[in-house]
Amino acid sequence: MDPFYTQELIPALNRGIVMSTMLIVPSVIFGLLGGIVVGTARVFGTRPLRVFFNGYTTFFRGVPLMVQLFILYYGLPNLGIYFEAYTAAVVGFILCSSAYHSEYIRGALLSIKAGQMNAASALGMSTSQALLWIIIPQAFRRALPGCGNELIYLIKYSSLAYIVSCIELTGEARAIAAETFRFTEAFTVVACYYLALVTVATYLLHRLEKRLAVPGFGS
Amino acid sequence: MTQTTAPTLAAEHISVTLGGKEILKDVSLDLPQGSLKVLIGPSGAGKSTFLQTLNHLIPHGRGEIRLNGVAVDLSRKKELYRYRQQVGMIFQDFNLFDHLNAVDNVSIALRKVKGMNRRTAEARGRAELERVGLAGKENRYPAELSGGQKQRVAIARALAMDPSVLLLDEPTSALDPELVGEVLAVIRDLTREGLTMMMATHQMDFARALAHEIVFMEDGRIVEQGRPEDLLKAGTTSRTLDFCSRLETIIEQGQD
Amino acid sequence: MLYQKGLVIVDALPYILQGAGITLIIVIGAMFTGLVLGVPFALVQVYGHPVLRAVIGIYVWFFRGVPILILMFLFYFGIFELLHLNLTALTTTALVLGMTSAAYQSQIFRGSIQSLPLGQYKAAMALGMSRAQAVRSIILPQTLRISIPAWSNEYSIILKDSALAYVVGAMDMFTRTHFVASRTYEHLTLFIFVGILYLIITVLGVRLLAMLEKKLRIPGYTG
Repeated sequence: MDPFYTQELIPALNRGIVMSTMLIVPSVIFGLLGGIVVGTARVFGTRPLRVFFNGYTTFFRGVPLMVQLFILYYGLPNLGIYFEAYTAAVVGFILCSSAYHSEYIRGALLSIKAGQMNAASALGMSTSQALLWIIIPQAFRRALPGCGNELIYLIKYSSLAYIVSCIELTGEARAIAAETFRFTEAFTVVACYYLALVTVATYLLHRLEKRLAVPGFGS
Repeated sequence: MTQTTAPTLAAEHISVTLGGKEILKDVSLDLPQGSLKVLIGPSGAGKSTFLQTLNHLIPHGRGEIRLNGVAVDLSRKKELYRYRQQVGMIFQDFNLFDHLNAVDNVSIALRKVKGMNRRTAEARGRAELERVGLAGKENRYPAELSGGQKQRVAIARALAMDPSVLLLDEPTSALDPELVGEVLAVIRDLTREGLTMMMATHQMDFARALAHEIVFMEDGRIVEQGRPEDLLKAGTTSRTLDFCSRLETIIEQGQD
Repeated sequence: MLYQKGLVIVDALPYILQGAGITLIIVIGAMFTGLVLGVPFALVQVYGHPVLRAVIGIYVWFFRGVPILILMFLFYFGIFELLHLNLTALTTTALVLGMTSAAYQSQIFRGSIQSLPLGQYKAAMALGMSRAQAVRSIILPQTLRISIPAWSNEYSIILKDSALAYVVGAMDMFTRTHFVASRTYEHLTLFIFVGILYLIITVLGVRLLAMLEKKLRIPGYTG
């Protein structure tokens, strides 16, 4: 096989996938957790909390991710805060992802009938017990399709880390392409890497949805 | 001989205002131990509001509620939660936890609120389900149960907490007619076993047969109360009898 | 100090707003490309030959699975070069975003078509319409109406993705902001400002589409 692939491109992309994973995993975990916190606050929180988090969600869902990343990486230095490329990327992904997740969580929480909370309270559960054991387990199952979708988006948009100088899959591909001028080959192969990631993730989410499914429950 | 023990549940001068409207106006009612009192009256009379107020699900503006002689200090959350453990509640739309199967529905409060371990709680859950006639349905989810079965699971769930009193808010109103009987049978058995209960319902035959006292509410007030024989004897000019005969006419007309 | 920041923005405003025009051209171009491709794709997926369905399926899988950034690089530096197409950065951006949007829009329309009661199609056939007539006069108008909310969502996504024009050097709103920032070092102020601009354009666009939906609404139709 053409040594370009075996000796230059694939090794470089394999390096890149390590960095991509290091970007994606924390962003997915904390983005989802953040989304649950923000989504719950937007439904059950006090008025100032709701206003704040609604504003937060509007901003981070309405402004392009590129702009958000540039604010974090190039803009914060104006205030004396200097993020490394990796940090800026992960923080940006978490903040943005939380906003999107919160939208699905919020919708799911609102779809849970008030009677569920009433029944839990009538049995003597505190508000936090009711939220933890009754409301959130149901809301999460309802939110799973949307949140799963958001996860897939995160895998794809992790490529933007390249633009703030964090070299992951995209960066490695670009470097090789620029060196060897074999743009189509390099980018086609890296496209396949991303396709593989996305397809595997989609399949796993599908399995998760099936596993958590409760007869008769869901949207 | 005068009763020396405090009634299980005592409500005095309860007033509730919701959304600017006064729903309950100075309602007082005693529930002696082992008795079954049935609330009847037109829609909007405040029966449902009263029951939910008794469980502190709706806050009352004025008045006092005492369980076994003791009032709850609402500012202390732990006392409120403990109070609700002793007051069971059955809702018109069942409100089963949709993500849990029958035995988990019954046992979850035992585990999370009373701190029982899983095995003990589940054993108790199965026992309660058997008591309401649902042995064998432990692993069914709410979506897989009929309305009557769902309500019986709800009753099992409430009974598992060993409540001092059980409040039932129109337990059969959301059921298809042929499923009403199985739920009423369970309630009948409970009152024969001596469980203290207060129930809002439109099931007049049931009330006539089993209630120790019928309480007629209208417009947020208790208008009449008394033994079924007294209020519903043919020929008496009670509001209750008047309401019941109109109710039966509506039901008959509906069946045409 | 705030006054100085304000001055920077006011200075750059005309330049950046011209970029807004470019951004809008990209967005509108992409949405229409997506529409023009997405509707036929959806029709193929619902009514078409199994082989064609598979082909469209692969297209959808590819364009929904590969990051847009990679697609931009792949097409601008790779495929278009190979084909000796001298497309401008602006055209490339609109095209790549449009092809991606077609993948998503085809699924939206497909869902809408499949959600229509089967009776609509049967009634049309019973009146003697050919398949094509039934689709053109009965199925499509309803489909397009139902799809407007999802289209609204697609608009907001494409608007945000348009910022990727930066990587191919198209002079859209985002790229221009970056240039001004590089000159003035007022990155924070300028990028927050352009972020707000994006928000405003999103809200305006969504409102416009909502008005369109109202105008096209049929009384009593499922909402």
